[in-house]
Amino acid sequence: MMRKRTKYGRYALNVFAGLGLVYLFAPIFFIVAFSFNKPNGNFNIAWQSFTFDNWLHPFAEESLTRALWKSLEIAAVSTFVSTILGSLIAVALSRYKFRGSGGINLFLVLPLTTPEIVLGSSLATLFLGQNFIDFGMTTIIIAHIMFQVSFVALTVRARIRGFDWTLEQAAQDLGATPFRTFMKVTFPLILPGILAAGLLAFALSIDDFIITFFNSGPVQTFPLQIYGASRVRIPPQINVLASMILFLSVAILMTGTIAGMRKSAEKQATAKKFKLLQRK
Amino acid sequence: MTETVVRQNRIARNADRVGMAAMIVASICLVALGAHWVSGPMVSVVVLVLLLVLGGVLGLAITGGPEARRLLAPYGLLKPGMLWLALFFLAPVWSLLRISLSTKESRFSVKYNFNWAFQNYATAFKDFGKQFEHAFVYAAIATVLTILIGYPLAYVIAFRGGKYKNILLGLVVIPFFTSYLIRTIAWSTILADRGFVVRALNAVGLGNVFEWLHIMDNGKLLNTPAAVIGGLTYNFLPFMLLPIYVSLEKIDVNLVNAAGDLYSSATRAFRKVVFPLSIPGVFAGTLLTFIPAAGDFVNAQFLGNPNTTMIGNSIQDQFLKQNNYPVASAMAAVLMVSIATLVLLYTRIFGTEDLA
Repeated sequence: MMRKRTKYGRYALNVFAGLGLVYLFAPIFFIVAFSFNKPNGNFNIAWQSFTFDNWLHPFAEESLTRALWKSLEIAAVSTFVSTILGSLIAVALSRYKFRGSGGINLFLVLPLTTPEIVLGSSLATLFLGQNFIDFGMTTIIIAHIMFQVSFVALTVRARIRGFDWTLEQAAQDLGATPFRTFMKVTFPLILPGILAAGLLAFALSIDDFIITFFNSGPVQTFPLQIYGASRVRIPPQINVLASMILFLSVAILMTGTIAGMRKSAEKQATAKKFKLLQRK
Repeated sequence: MTETVVRQNRIARNADRVGMAAMIVASICLVALGAHWVSGPMVSVVVLVLLLVLGGVLGLAITGGPEARRLLAPYGLLKPGMLWLALFFLAPVWSLLRISLSTKESRFSVKYNFNWAFQNYATAFKDFGKQFEHAFVYAAIATVLTILIGYPLAYVIAFRGGKYKNILLGLVVIPFFTSYLIRTIAWSTILADRGFVVRALNAVGLGNVFEWLHIMDNGKLLNTPAAVIGGLTYNFLPFMLLPIYVSLEKIDVNLVNAAGDLYSSATRAFRKVVFPLSIPGVFAGTLLTFIPAAGDFVNAQFLGNPNTTMIGNSIQDQFLKQNNYPVASAMAAVLMVSIATLVLLYTRIFGTEDLA
């Protein structure tokens, strides 16, 4: 009796999880499917007929394409700067024991526990009160770096938590200069963590809407363009570009996972060989 | 001669204090410049202090020898990022508070005078009380829903995923690689009045049940409070699911087996072993979900109606459309302070050190 009930419980939980996945994918399925729709009028919201046209002309909506390039440009610059700033903070926090590190840890979480609308509007009040920079690319990039730094610092710190810093001493004992030690030992080892954080920062920048909305001035990023256009028209190219970004991210994710799996498989193989040798 | 050497040694030995002091002073200088604490000739004084402090630390690093350099290193690494946050995170918060207490010079002016204008806060509460209420209530309900949906999903992936664990986790994250706005617009189309969801619900006869549950309103799914809450739940689900997954993943399965060996039922083992160990994840997830949800205005805009606007909509409208910066800033300040208070209370009650 007891056993039966837990068994049903098991199934129920799995079914529930499956439904959860369906819920997560419902709008995604919709977005991809409607990229093949031939809309009737300005709004791509009712299914008419199947067509490859949109995929053959993904960049037909000029303003949308321009906005996407702007977003990529902003993301590239802000990710580059924030990854450097954030990684330096992460290295400082995990490499050294120093006065005030607790306070720094707390301070880093603050931007993440502040609602985006507060970050965006407060930064806008700062820019309103000066006349050095006009609202535009510069202010957007500044804003993006601001919220990316904390994410990068915390991600890199989590990734290099178990890093063995005595390796640096070993290199220096063998006569390497501090610079050489960093380039040949430290940097290659923490690079995967930094790259992962950089990817996250890039994704955050591309998708940011609320903070950018307050600090964009005349510049239209991809999300801003969609927002502005959504009342007058929703062209199918939005779905095509969104699907492209989706497939590209999935491809990156899959290469990462496969590379990781291969690496761990290699490691296991080496460990096995080593064990065999020991047995002999 | 010897005296200077001794003094230099003392400074070098305490280089960490010097480094920290320099970082704090430099941050304060930047906040002062950004938030207009100073004006006129004082600006050049502050800039001079800033340059002197940074130059001084650099000088100490060059002349102080390896020990001083080692002590200064962490502050040197921290400084670029910290100063950036001082100027573009701390100073803005200050200038937000300042504008929230200012008055416009005239109706169409863009100039503001700081004059402790507390009436901005009175206006914020009086005219936008409903929006504050919506923001907190909707965000709270959405947070509970993300736990109800996210926890079982994270549990199944962590304990029953087996070798498909990473693939399942990838599946959970993939939907969030499409733009936030596009996802929300997609929901508005899915839930549309003549969309297949509404038609299917009515065909199966669930329409009346949903109506009774107040999820549907006059045969509509879209433009209801339920749609806004549903959108918030969907968009912030990964922020709940991933921390819960991380904390479940860390649990040693042997602990659960041990509970079973000691004749604990599965439910009891979950209640007494698994759930307590996953609380840090639920805790972090709650903060990561509630905070952005309370400040959101995209879901209310695309999925709600004029009676379901949240405080984010009002801030955005007052700031960017009416250019009424003082009242918008007052609302943002209230939102910031109330969320900070809630977070503090919450940390006190469920306190954990795993957050940072």
